[in-house]
Amino acid sequence: MDAQIMTAPTPALAIETRVSAPADAPASGAPALIELKRFNFWYGEKQALFDIDLTVKERSVTAFIGPSGCGKSTLLRCLNRMNDLIDGVRVEGSLRVNGEDLYGPDIDVVDVRKRLGMVFQKSNPFPKSIFENVVYGLRIQGERNRTRLRDACEVALKGAALWDEVKDRLDDSALSLSGGQMQRLCIARALAVEPEVVLMDEPCSALDPIATAKIEELIFSLKDRFTIVIVTHNMQQAARVSEETGFFMLGKLVEFDKTDVIFTRPKQKMTEDYITGRFG
Amino acid sequence: MSSATPPLASARKAGLFRSGEPFIWITGSGLAAAVLMVAGLLWLILANGLGFFWPAEVSQYALSDGRTVAGPLAARERVPDPGATAGTPPRWRIKVKQGNRDVTGEDFVWIDESAIRSTTKPADVIAFERREWGAFYGWVKEVRDGGNVVASGRDASWKALGALLPKALDVYEEALTLEKDRIGAVNFEKDKLRLARKKLERKGVSSGPDVEALAAKESKLQAEYDRLLTELQAVRSRVTAVLVLETAGGQEKELPLVQVVRADRPNEMGWFTKAGRYAANVWAFVSEDPRESNTEGGVFPAIFGTVLMVLIMSIVVTPLGVLTAFYLREYAKQGPVVSAVRIAVNNLAGVPSIVYGVFGLGFFIYFLGGSIDRLFFSEALPTPTWGTGGILWASLTLSLLTVPVVIVSAEEGLAAIPRGMREASLALGATKFETMWRVVLPAVMPSILTGLILAMARAAGEVAPLMITGVVKLAPALPIDGFAPFMHLDRKFMHLGFHIYDVGFQSPNVDAARPMVFTTTILLIVLVVALNLTAIVIRGRLRKKLRSSGI
Repeated sequence: MDAQIMTAPTPALAIETRVSAPADAPASGAPALIELKRFNFWYGEKQALFDIDLTVKERSVTAFIGPSGCGKSTLLRCLNRMNDLIDGVRVEGSLRVNGEDLYGPDIDVVDVRKRLGMVFQKSNPFPKSIFENVVYGLRIQGERNRTRLRDACEVALKGAALWDEVKDRLDDSALSLSGGQMQRLCIARALAVEPEVVLMDEPCSALDPIATAKIEELIFSLKDRFTIVIVTHNMQQAARVSEETGFFMLGKLVEFDKTDVIFTRPKQKMTEDYITGRFG
Repeated sequence: MSSATPPLASARKAGLFRSGEPFIWITGSGLAAAVLMVAGLLWLILANGLGFFWPAEVSQYALSDGRTVAGPLAARERVPDPGATAGTPPRWRIKVKQGNRDVTGEDFVWIDESAIRSTTKPADVIAFERREWGAFYGWVKEVRDGGNVVASGRDASWKALGALLPKALDVYEEALTLEKDRIGAVNFEKDKLRLARKKLERKGVSSGPDVEALAAKESKLQAEYDRLLTELQAVRSRVTAVLVLETAGGQEKELPLVQVVRADRPNEMGWFTKAGRYAANVWAFVSEDPRESNTEGGVFPAIFGTVLMVLIMSIVVTPLGVLTAFYLREYAKQGPVVSAVRIAVNNLAGVPSIVYGVFGLGFFIYFLGGSIDRLFFSEALPTPTWGTGGILWASLTLSLLTVPVVIVSAEEGLAAIPRGMREASLALGATKFETMWRVVLPAVMPSILTGLILAMARAAGEVAPLMITGVVKLAPALPIDGFAPFMHLDRKFMHLGFHIYDVGFQSPNVDAARPMVFTTTILLIVLVVALNLTAIVIRGRLRKKLRSSGI
């Protein structure tokens, strides 16, 4: 996994559709993992994303903020092609992960989703045992060995800071957990398949402050091993957990910069208005 | 309170309709009406059916015209007298089950209450259940065996009967087993040889080693058959006793002991003896074969046929309905075509069941069965093997009838599964099929079972389509038996629903058979409830697994 991530992007190999502007060089030393250039997206006739240019750095937390309907969740769902499930969607521009065009003709969507795991707004455990939930992705990949599944389950649950709470009842129904535990279970489930990127779509919006704090801590600790993209309504949350933040408005990326820059010295008036609560 | 605060009271009155109070009453009365109807129906069936097995006391009526009649009371009603002037006291008459059809010609007799001189309950009167001619009420005058008088007089004869009857019943049982199992097996083999011979004849082979081998086998079987027949005769001849019976009217009748199924003195029986007899009667009803064109004996073959038919139907209808629902909901592009299909499926449930029967007759029996016969069972033609009604064809017809219910339930279940659950699976790298198989199907199981419960209830109670696809009044053999290949799904079968119709409306002795209608109905209801309960318990377990445990 590490070797794969460390591979630098190789633009020469990718098929560029319409790139004119040179790519923004990564601000700091970390190499770029996800690169979007002039990315456009339509739901049928309705355009939802306009010319998005953005780079997500490896092993960092990137937050997308913005008012409801601004396209931040849509963009997140484009990153692992979950939008393919909707009829009549269309994309234009380039979206590269590790230099590979995600919407290229040879891409295996199922493989993409294995590499870019997702945690949803509403926790959605399967009506199975805790254990079966965590190892679901591994079972899908064909892992049958019970010991290996047990080990992977433990690693994933520890990674999601849930192990101590559930280690004695792995065979209980996942639906017997509390809301916060369920969401951490969903995170563990996503971690178990060892994705390169974990996409989180407002993971704390249905949780109480204590559960939220636990998840935020967890996100912070995961950043050493995974690249995380998080969509959130909660600006404090974005400020607390992320290194870089993108502010979206009406399908456009208004500003993208280091989080402290966005929250202290935004370049755009609109960003400033939003984060100071003048609208949104 | 209302007089103390008039403004409040009036306000409440004005808002009566808005308050929803009347609506609660309307919904409540709807439920009450439904409950009343169900309870009334159940009460009617139970009240009429449950008393049937209770040993009824036998009364003896001396009539003013000098006749004497004995038997249990069957009914009492007012004599219809449209011309009577007002104030005339009503006259009543009673219906007595006098039995003894072979002697008196009538099972039941109406007696005007004014014509009864005296009513007694003789303690020693015996109620017989016989293998033929229905019930007999009266006394045993004498017991003879091989020309010798064994016992004479009512009490001595009763004692002798008590000593002889168990042995006679054992012998009967032995003879029946011999007849059914061993002679039945020989007949089964003989029939196979007959078909083999016919096959050879059609090939034009009339001599040679094959024919000789067949002939050798046949003669061997014939010898076995003759030997068994002799054995059967020997078994039967072990019981030679004859009872000389006497009716209340003074007529005499000889009855071979083997004809007796049960003999009781109901007027002597205490409550516990009666309860024991009741239990024995119920058991006999559910475990024995019918006698006397279904008006007596048990209904075991009908229970067996009904259960087996419903099971085969379930095995066919579940995958058929579930697969259809999955395609309609998960793969088909939603649009006018799918909507039309869905409407058509829903409307299928409204097609009269006899239409399904006709379809089953034409498609399954004549077309499919006829083709199978021509291809694989040509030696038996013109006697059809599969090209005639049978339990498989009836089950398939019923699965067509019930498949809309399963489709609709499964589809509704699929629609109710949250989108998030599918997305979670897809986001973990599962394909659409893996998502269906591992997440959607387990989650939709309770809905499938709901559909199956409805389908089973409908199938168990359906009669019309069965009448032309394989149900018979009396099936000579069960569809499952000890002869290879053990499952004979081409066989005709008996069914409780049809049995009710047959006993109630096609019986030569409707009065005597009427209680059987109710007892059979009770049994059918019990069966449907049992099948449903099983499915409900399974569904409950599944749901428990799918839901949170409530923490």
